[in-house]
Amino acid sequence: MSSPQPQMSQAAPSWEAAPGSPYPGYTSPIPVVRTHLGHAIASEWTKIRSVRSTMWTLGVFVLLVVGIGTLTGVVVANSDPALEGESPLGLGFFGLLLGSMCIITLGVLTTASEYGTGMVRTTMVACPSRGRVLAAKAIVFFLVAFVVTLVSASLVAFLHVAMLEGDGAKSPSGGEWLKGTVGIAAYVALLGLLSLAVGSIIRHSAGAITIMIGAVLAPLVIALFMFSESLSAVRDALFEYSIPNQLSVFYANSLSQSGPSGWDPLWIILGATAVAFAAAFALLEKRDV
Amino acid sequence: MIELEGLTKRYGEKVAVNNLSFTVRPGIVTGFLGPNGAGKSTTMRMILGLDHPTAGDVRIDGKHYQQLKDPLTYIGALLEAKAWHGGRTAYNHLLCLAHSNGIPRSRVREVLDTVGLTAVARKKTKGFSMGMGQRLGIAAALLGDPRILMFDEPVNGLDPEGIHWIRTLMKSLAAQGRTVFVSSHLMSEMALTAEHLVVIGQGRLLADTSMADFIARNSRSYVRVRSPQRERLLDVLHQAGIVAVESGDGVLEVDGGKAEHIGELASQHRITLHELSPQQASLEEAFMQLTAESVEYHAHSETRPEPPRQQQWGEGWKRG
Repeated sequence: MSSPQPQMSQAAPSWEAAPGSPYPGYTSPIPVVRTHLGHAIASEWTKIRSVRSTMWTLGVFVLLVVGIGTLTGVVVANSDPALEGESPLGLGFFGLLLGSMCIITLGVLTTASEYGTGMVRTTMVACPSRGRVLAAKAIVFFLVAFVVTLVSASLVAFLHVAMLEGDGAKSPSGGEWLKGTVGIAAYVALLGLLSLAVGSIIRHSAGAITIMIGAVLAPLVIALFMFSESLSAVRDALFEYSIPNQLSVFYANSLSQSGPSGWDPLWIILGATAVAFAAAFALLEKRDV
Repeated sequence: MIELEGLTKRYGEKVAVNNLSFTVRPGIVTGFLGPNGAGKSTTMRMILGLDHPTAGDVRIDGKHYQQLKDPLTYIGALLEAKAWHGGRTAYNHLLCLAHSNGIPRSRVREVLDTVGLTAVARKKTKGFSMGMGQRLGIAAALLGDPRILMFDEPVNGLDPEGIHWIRTLMKSLAAQGRTVFVSSHLMSEMALTAEHLVVIGQGRLLADTSMADFIARNSRSYVRVRSPQRERLLDVLHQAGIVAVESGDGVLEVDGGKAEHIGELASQHRITLHELSPQQASLEEAFMQLTAESVEYHAHSETRPEPPRQQQWGEGWKRG
């Protein structure tokens, strides 16, 4: 923009000659655009790709999933009684369990970091529809997390099947392939989306990350210390519905026989994420930025 | 045009903004003045829809901020220093904002050029000095080429060249017919840029007036006279019905007097004058008098709070 020097000597300033509007003033030559969700999504996409924390968290995620996956494959392939008629897809579990921490962190940072830096005020001034901002963040983050998880999980799955083909492993069925790639990617991406909503509610990166990692680990750890017989029902429930066990359900090697099975974990995380988003939307509208 | 009507913001017991009503008009720079903690930033946040008012209403060209579909083309705001992610480059920061309002990408380059940050456009903003940060904030405000501009303490952290630049910028923006609303706690700064003045203290409206009116009403003008024939001069002035007050060191002060008139009297009576100068008490003093009762954070050098002491301090300022 050029900022010409003030020209006070003008007889009739041009801005006064705007009779149509009840609000006189400057009219910009820039065309006015009626913004929609698409603009907010473009903005959030630029945001997420232009900070290093995205590259770090996703880089470490791919490293963990592919690295640990490859190692597990090598170890199992070299051990004598390899997989006795089991699907080799389950070996991807360890890498994805650890990798999910990265997705949780990125999810939280997508919302909470703006509160730490003060960027959130700039964002909300640029887009006063707060719900639209949260929706755009959720869409962009989910797509990024889903695609990256899907590619990593599929890569590891192909690797494992190729490595263990002649080792007595059974070849996975179409349903198992779907669950071990698309299913697990959707679950991890939804876990990240839940973190994004929690980040928006807590408004503090470290706090929200701690809560989410606690949510992943705490049920298992608490269950480990429930020795008493009278608590066995609670212990089993904590075990079965803990996030690590839900992850393993996608590989059909659940830590227990009862509890969620098939696609159940996906519906559970979907419900939890929906509730968290309802709370996040309500609080976002109500609170001052 | 920004219209505030009975705008009130309460945080629990504390009233930050109290029943504020005024209008910010296009074509001029309106100064928003008040001591620290007077509620300036809270008011600006409510104008931008960031904080919800407890009561009252604020409209931008007749609309609530939430109703604006492309707000950056209506109103550009510099809110506080560094309201962005330090890991993002200046260019990308502005690009995010441009995308969200459908502003063409070419505008990003233009505003970076306007504020003089083209050379560091691809640098991460966390390395920016305070002055560069202010410039980036101003670039963000100008991005949508808006009709209304709002700057919260824009000269903070700028060097003299930067301060001169922002003054010129604000005046030229107003001259283009835009509404320019700028907050400050420095009266002297406002006197140089603003044509209209809104003063608040403890969230309450203290003055809503043109700068010229404010100066005329609030600053004492007097004539300073020094003469070796002081007694004769006093007699002559007395005969002419002019009241002169001695203020030490042989200096006479004539309140509201015309220097020309006093000079002519002295010359008629062949009185030698060593000094004859019209004086104006500083605006800073007028501002402090206006807000004296409403200053929230006094610096107490002594334990007893006493109004006369403040007056003395102001007097020292005026004569110094």
